[in-house]
Amino acid sequence: MPPAGPRSGDAIFASVERVNAELFTLTYGATVRQLLTDLEEVEEVNKQLDQMGYNIGIRLIDEFLAKSNVSRCVDFKETAEVIAKVGFKMFLGIAATVTNWDADGTCCSIILDDNPLVDFVELPDTCQGLYYCNILSGVIRGALEMCLGRDIAPYLKIVTDTQYLAFTKVSMKTEVTWLRDVLRGDDAYELQVKLLKQVPEEYPYKDDE
Amino acid sequence: MAAIYSLYIINKSGGLIFYKDYGSAGRMDTNDSLRVASLWHSMHAISQQLSPITGCYGIELLEADTFDLHCFQSLTGTKFFVVSEPGTQQMENLLKVIYELYTDYVLKNPFYEMEMPIRCELFDINLSQVVQKDRVALLGR
Repeated sequence: MPPAGPRSGDAIFASVERVNAELFTLTYGATVRQLLTDLEEVEEVNKQLDQMGYNIGIRLIDEFLAKSNVSRCVDFKETAEVIAKVGFKMFLGIAATVTNWDADGTCCSIILDDNPLVDFVELPDTCQGLYYCNILSGVIRGALEMCLGRDIAPYLKIVTDTQYLAFTKVSMKTEVTWLRDVLRGDDAYELQVKLLKQVPEEYPYKDDE
Repeated sequence: MAAIYSLYIINKSGGLIFYKDYGSAGRMDTNDSLRVASLWHSMHAISQQLSPITGCYGIELLEADTFDLHCFQSLTGTKFFVVSEPGTQQMENLLKVIYELYTDYVLKNPFYEMEMPIRCELFDINLSQVVQKDRVALLGR
């Protein structure tokens, strides 16, 4: 049997087990509400949501890879497309589009056409600084951080431990921020994904040293 | 007659996080299995560099007289490999299925800590079902 090709986000979404969307929305709402009670500061809640998303992302990425059969992306552009077209569709059942690329292809915007997290939400005056969906940005950041680059093996020669860790850990450090949020009066949900650093494809040492 | 002798899962820094053997052949004690895992991790890494082809992602199949070793590395760096009877088919698919089980029953377990040894009962149960099914399918042919 030949290896299965990449699957579309729709196909995966249709085949995995799902929970009721309202239950999901309400659970998320309860979580945010509880965080506001516990942490009091809106800024702290934003941070906590991002951290929670990150923790989800570093685990979720494996499920994504296992079920979608996508292969290595050649560049960050392809990565962003895959997140928008396959990732969002697979886990949230929504479509997203990628736009606003900068000149060197390291920064773009992902625009969500629909957002199931906010179905019943109106931000009160006391929470104006809250990024209600900040968990999503954390998920993207965490997931990308776990993906290894094209070559990950800098240990043919013994390198120091710190070097080893630095180069085996990640390929993509990103910064994900909300540019537009309907809850804050904008006309769409726009996430900016900025690639900060990518592990170089060359090894960090010379073989003949 | 067992088609699969044993299964290993190695985390991205080369530590053995799961080992299970099936049947009598190639059975190993804890120390030996750890040794095999770290040996394989290094060999896999070296093979990437020695490969004449650029963009090689490491050994996928090692064929020996008495066993085959099939390896699958996920894009996140976790390696899954099975040691099986020589000539056993369909191991790539089995490894993919095991990877899916790992994402479902290990990574989604909130009490599982990343990169640590896997002790998840649900994973064990589902894994043995998959391996059992695979074995039946092989005997059936």
